[in-house]
Amino acid sequence: MMELSGVGKRFADGTEALADVNLKLAARDFLVLLGPSGCGKSTLLRLMAGLDRPSAGRLRWSGLPPSAGEIGYVFQDPTLMPWASAWRNVALPLRLRGTPDARARAAEALALVGLAECAEALPRTLSGGMRMRVSIARALVTRPRLLLMDEPFAALDEFTRHRLQDECLALTDRLACTTVFVTHSLYEAAYLASRVLLMAPRPGRIVAELPGTLPDLRSRTGRAFNARVAALSAAVQDLHVPA
Amino acid sequence: MTVWPRGSTLAGIVSFCAALGLWQAVVALAHVPPYLVPSPVEVAAAFAADAPGLLGALLATLSVTVTALLLATLCGTLLAALMSASRWATAALAPWTVILQVTPVVAVAPLIIVWVGDPFAAMVVCATVVAFFPVFSNTASGLAATPPELLDLFRLNGATRLQEVFLVRLPAAIPYFLAGLRVSGGLALVGAVVAEFVTGSGGIASGLAFRILEAGYRLQTARMFAALALLSAAGLAINLALGWLSRLMLRRYG
Repeated sequence: MMELSGVGKRFADGTEALADVNLKLAARDFLVLLGPSGCGKSTLLRLMAGLDRPSAGRLRWSGLPPSAGEIGYVFQDPTLMPWASAWRNVALPLRLRGTPDARARAAEALALVGLAECAEALPRTLSGGMRMRVSIARALVTRPRLLLMDEPFAALDEFTRHRLQDECLALTDRLACTTVFVTHSLYEAAYLASRVLLMAPRPGRIVAELPGTLPDLRSRTGRAFNARVAALSAAVQDLHVPA
Repeated sequence: MTVWPRGSTLAGIVSFCAALGLWQAVVALAHVPPYLVPSPVEVAAAFAADAPGLLGALLATLSVTVTALLLATLCGTLLAALMSASRWATAALAPWTVILQVTPVVAVAPLIIVWVGDPFAAMVVCATVVAFFPVFSNTASGLAATPPELLDLFRLNGATRLQEVFLVRLPAAIPYFLAGLRVSGGLALVGAVVAEFVTGSGGIASGLAFRILEAGYRLQTARMFAALALLSAAGLAINLALGWLSRLMLRRYG
């Protein structure tokens, strides 16, 4: 679906954020980018979204590149417009593209994330988990081919995080979209990923690819899950990341 | 934004009444001459003696204040939007806005009077110059403080520059704009009074500032105090009205 060859990113101040990233993304992958802070995970996501341009290498799409709206992006914070109701926040990408049935589709997306009753609610009246669901609904409302998620559940409590992880898997499966998910958490990576790319900093680069899990075998317990966490943990220890 | 609880409002009223009582007692017990410090009762009597004249003067001052505030709001918001839309505009206009802020209006008022000619328009221009900066500066800060992730979202969905300004930058700047408007409201009144002092000395007698000058020349201290009290009340009313407007407009923001 997408191929990155020799991609690098150097910022205006000379900082080399990414170097020689090679990666092939297949349709319906649930790819997790795992690594410590400052290893360029978010920069890589921004390059994939087209929000930044690489300073080296190239990014190619097999078939037609996605047009505006065909990439969904979920930020670390829900980043909702506080003055607009939940449905207006969700409908924003459609409104920007002039889609006529924006309200009906926003309602549909809110129903997908279990918030059909909260269409008129303002963000300040929703809990952290509900706000993140609105943000996910906004990313999915255009039925994207590619969903990019930048540590979306990092700020949530453990209970909400588990629930949202499951909902996220069900939604990406139902909508058949390819997902790239950034996280710091070994457990999150071991549970969600169909593939894990381990990244290291200075400069940011991919150092290893580890297998994830098959959708039918997903579990937060059991020998297979523990083995994946142990493998990820060993790979992270091998990185020798300075504190 | 500060929302006073009801208990605090009551405490404010009680402390105001206590201060008036203390003032009356000190003036009466120490036999302070009324031309130096009149008692609250004498101030009230001076107001009652020429209420229509003083209220007419208040109306004149308020008409300058409100016109100047509207003009400052319009110019400040438009200029901030222009500077937010173009780096060239920022580079070209930013020094002028600073010059406007740091130049004392008293120093430029005589020039404005000569250039503008019409006394009302001249006073409005002076008050606008004083009231302009807070609303401009706050709106500019608000327009620049839109969360970058929201702007990314707009870019990701192919938004036009106009969509970005009207759908996210301006709504996100409203809390900043309203904070600036509240400061500008008070400053518009200050600007109107300063302008009246300057133009009043040139023979234009209409607003409360001129009444204060006039009463001062005649040693009518109680009348001066009455005019001052009206000015303070007007300032307080402007502040409360703009605070109410802010609360009304920010109800959705949380």
